[in-house]
Amino acid sequence: MTSDKNIGKPVPRKEGRAKVTGAARYVDDLSLPGMLYGVTVRSPVPRGRLVGVHFGDGIPWDEFTVVTSRDIPGANYVALILNDQPYLAETFVNHAEEPVLLLAHPDKYLLEEARRAVKLEIEPLPGVFDIEESLARAEVVWGEDNVFKTFLVEKGNVEGVWDTSDLVVVEGEYRTGAQEQLYIETNGVIAEASPGGGVVVRGSMQCPYYVHKALVKLFDLPEEKIRVIQTETGGGFGGKEEYPSLIAGHAALLAWKSGRPVKMVYDRAEDMLATTKRHPSRTRHRTAVTRDGRLVAMDIDFVVDGGAYATLSSVVLSRGTIHAAGPYNCPNVRIRSRAVATNVPPHGAFRGFGAPQSIFALERQLDKVAAAIGLAPDELRRRNFITKGETTATGQVIREEVDLPGLLDRAFELTDYHAKRERFARENKAGRVKRGIGFASFMHGAGFTGSGEKYLQSIVGCEATADGRVHVLSASTEIGQGTNTIFAQIAADALGLDYETIEVVRPDTADVPNSGPTVASRTCMIVGKLVESAALQIRETLRGAGLVGDAYTGEEWARACAAYVERNGALKTFTQYTQPEGVEWDDERYRGDAYGAYAWAVYVAEVSVDTLTCETRVEDFVAVQEVGRVIHPVLAAGQIEGGVAQGIGWALYENVVWRDGRMANGQMTNYIMPTSADLPPIRVHFFENPYAGGPGGAKGIGELPMDGPAPAILNAVEHATGVALDHVPLTPEALMDALAPEAVGA
Amino acid sequence: MRAYLPSYELAVPRTLDDALAMLRDEPGVWRPFAGGTDLMVLLEAGKLEHRKFFSIRHLSELRGVGDSDGRVRVGALTTYTDVRRSEPLTRHFPMLGRAARETGGIAIQNRGTVGGNIANASPAADTPPALLAYGAEVELISASGARRVPYAEFHTGYKRTVMRADELVAAVLLPRPREGARHYYRKVGTRRAQAISKVCFAALAEVEGDTLGEVRVALGSVAPVVLRCPRTEALLKGRRVDGELSGAAAEELAREITPIDDVRSTARYRSRVARNLLAEFLSGLSAEGV
Amino acid sequence: MTEAPGKISISCTVNGEAVTLEAHPFARLLDVLREGLRLTGTKEGCGEGECGACSVLIDGELVNSCLVPAAQAEGARVLTVEGVADGERLHAVQRAMIECGGAQCGICTPGMVLAAVNLLERTPRPTDADIREGLAGNLCRCTGYTKIFDAVVRACER
Repeated sequence: MTSDKNIGKPVPRKEGRAKVTGAARYVDDLSLPGMLYGVTVRSPVPRGRLVGVHFGDGIPWDEFTVVTSRDIPGANYVALILNDQPYLAETFVNHAEEPVLLLAHPDKYLLEEARRAVKLEIEPLPGVFDIEESLARAEVVWGEDNVFKTFLVEKGNVEGVWDTSDLVVVEGEYRTGAQEQLYIETNGVIAEASPGGGVVVRGSMQCPYYVHKALVKLFDLPEEKIRVIQTETGGGFGGKEEYPSLIAGHAALLAWKSGRPVKMVYDRAEDMLATTKRHPSRTRHRTAVTRDGRLVAMDIDFVVDGGAYATLSSVVLSRGTIHAAGPYNCPNVRIRSRAVATNVPPHGAFRGFGAPQSIFALERQLDKVAAAIGLAPDELRRRNFITKGETTATGQVIREEVDLPGLLDRAFELTDYHAKRERFARENKAGRVKRGIGFASFMHGAGFTGSGEKYLQSIVGCEATADGRVHVLSASTEIGQGTNTIFAQIAADALGLDYETIEVVRPDTADVPNSGPTVASRTCMIVGKLVESAALQIRETLRGAGLVGDAYTGEEWARACAAYVERNGALKTFTQYTQPEGVEWDDERYRGDAYGAYAWAVYVAEVSVDTLTCETRVEDFVAVQEVGRVIHPVLAAGQIEGGVAQGIGWALYENVVWRDGRMANGQMTNYIMPTSADLPPIRVHFFENPYAGGPGGAKGIGELPMDGPAPAILNAVEHATGVALDHVPLTPEALMDALAPEAVGA
Repeated sequence: MRAYLPSYELAVPRTLDDALAMLRDEPGVWRPFAGGTDLMVLLEAGKLEHRKFFSIRHLSELRGVGDSDGRVRVGALTTYTDVRRSEPLTRHFPMLGRAARETGGIAIQNRGTVGGNIANASPAADTPPALLAYGAEVELISASGARRVPYAEFHTGYKRTVMRADELVAAVLLPRPREGARHYYRKVGTRRAQAISKVCFAALAEVEGDTLGEVRVALGSVAPVVLRCPRTEALLKGRRVDGELSGAAAEELAREITPIDDVRSTARYRSRVARNLLAEFLSGLSAEGV
Repeated sequence: MTEAPGKISISCTVNGEAVTLEAHPFARLLDVLREGLRLTGTKEGCGEGECGACSVLIDGELVNSCLVPAAQAEGARVLTVEGVADGERLHAVQRAMIECGGAQCGICTPGMVLAAVNLLERTPRPTDADIREGLAGNLCRCTGYTKIFDAVVRACER
């Protein structure tokens, strides 16, 4: 007896009341008896050889717990992909803010005094600080050639196309900057550890099992001796995907040595300077197009700056590579990509995960191509939009109905695009404020890339208790996006029960199976589907036992559960991911079905540029997308609005100022994220096209909104000013340099 | 919180006289602490070098807006919120009202004070350019009496002022601008709230017929101090407003300011924006029939 | 060394209850509330008066509690998020925040709730511009603010 009482309805957020009353407990709100505070002593230089550590006068050092790399019981690396990042530097440091030493003490004020009193003696070595320096190998700072990873995607054959006489060839180079995730709750954990009892870590995180895996290696302990518990988490956006493994290890090492619980919560400055950011990128495009606007070839060179250690860069590069050619049908595509090393803190996961970078480049390039052949930007897209049966750059055949022209029409209708396009062009001839309107069309794949989900083999459990309540057991974390709520909706409808009957258990590796990380727009589509299956199995179990029929009331359900638990002790089911039939992926050649499903979107931005100050303001923003079925209209719209806000920040405001490999503006005062006074109304519209592989027909949604704003905004700025700008963030300073002749003395 | 609190002191003198006596008895040892919107930030970052402070926020005689010899007297502890709510200030000194509204957000405006904004001596502060353009005087008090200093002479260098170690800012005195004078204030800070200015521009002009009378031009964030620009003012005074004058004045202004590159902006941007804002100010005058 | 020397006694009212506590006069009100009184609903987001997560009301005015030294809380009437609801009955702003999806990760929510409560006390019928200005000192990274505006509008319709 399934129902549709919950999916598609704006049921109240599970933890809503706790959040609006201040009752929700985040890690810094917790305290354990005898707890110490911990801090990290970090390298002030970007690259060098560590020759000494000096403990200054005036500090009662005998009261402190001090941990160095020599105190590590297991392996000194953060277990992830290449395992190249040490927990604590031994001989060399490879980026500023690299952790060298840990301190713990009960008095957090004295602890800061002590941190200042530790002087690291480091002989500096020359470093490389951006993509160009890394590619030029002025210094080799990682491996043999500074390259973490390369990919090659080939479709058709781009060679030989360029000289065809009736084609127009357009080249462009595009750059994107680092971006700080800026979750309002900084990274933090509390650890307990002892050689006898193992390690318990509570903290703010997206991926409890990533932390678990890393701690197993760090302490060389069996899996059951490590327990990781997610506390209420104040935002992640990717910034709490891999980084918590590091801070959890640090706190646990201090706890291990001191024998007391240790809390480690970064302040804002440390979080901004030391933790991961979005990968900066450089993309080069060479596009061949017929004079009537058919794409013939796209040759794309995509490079991301991974920072000092490999961390997740290869996977970020992969997603950026696959999305680089967009939702267009082009017969000949070549995408070459590299992730390179520099001596800055490792860049990491951030909503979109490489795709916003390569999509920014493509959507700017297509406006440039349209201009080169005298075609309207939307007309160029219309002539090349991918449709059912056509193939993406990786050769994936699109098997679902895709209605990009319909999304475009709707977005244009909502914004009055064509009329504004014409009116602004006319009015901009006079006046100091120029207006513009632009758009981007794009797709975003949900779930892990290629065979990723097959290797992950995620598991979700459901348990029915004797009182008829159903607990969802998964490691997928609620970080604000609504996991608890949508899982409860999915399970409730699968079982035909009330939403309130379902409880989503807090992720604790001692209690929940590994349903994989909370990343990659996979929680709803992939894990949600497993929730649906596990819930259905509960029902089948009860039915098989003859305790319920096809239809039942809540009371009958509860009685059935009670009877089953009475008879068998417990009613628990687990479901494991299996790859749907017909999905093929070739890891070697990077060909095949890159993602189970894509969300499709067209975003339109309207901007004004004040030529006196070159400040760009987004005046209106419309986001139209097809995401399968919408599970929760309020939460889904909230995801889109929040992602668009971050995209606007990345496009216009958020500028990481680097000086010798360090972030020079690591304060909220000087790293400018948009306030409520800076953002336009963000208007969100969904097309629904249920996807058979997702729960209730849903696809992934979380990362999609990060992809569109930057190119849509810069396309609008070009419309407003007549100047093509190919990098984000587009600060007023950069825009003024580009517009200089018009701006001065306006 | 990176400061080691036990090495700091925050005394609370009962009265203004007690506060002034502390300054007299141990000059240079104690410093005043008002709304805390700047000092607490430094404290938390572990960058507050001075250690001994006394709180003055409760000294109500230093707070409020009143009249003094035909001028408007703004007590040093008057908050930005007080400024915004003061009818005489927002009516006669609209640039001050606007500066208050554009400082921080509501919570900052409730704590930050006009006197603190002056005494803190940040070149990026938002009310000082307006105060300079209005020809303000600063009243300083000490146990030995009071004195008044033209605000244009108050700042002597980066974070340096004419204040003696035994003095407090008591008030700011503002002469009422002439009826019909033109006020122009613009803060450029990238985002609309909670921003530190990249350039802050304030100008007041008296216009007679088609010529400019008294003109005051002041800027923030373009020099080590908030800057009055007397050479630009002199160039403008008594002249007809036209494109030629505007161009010449912009050139003079560019020579008068000394902006720098920092984490918030560039010298080039600041210089261009300063010139553009001057041009906009002047074109606004002519557009209204000067 | 755990007890900072030079502590003073501070008396004030917190959520309607008179309290007296010992604190260093320079201790942040934020820490006094969170550690001294275990009122952990008030959050630290930046420690520089920029994000508003630590917002509380003092004598009816919105402040960043990270910028208020304990000495300046003497005699103050402090309202934190824990004191906004009337027992089990949520304030209209809190109800609207749940219904409209104004809280996602929830870390900015306590400060946002207080900023909105304060806005509606000052301006019971706020315009769109009033709402944007009234909340501009409270940063939210999750929502893009749209749903928070919706919540304020719904709260004042009640």
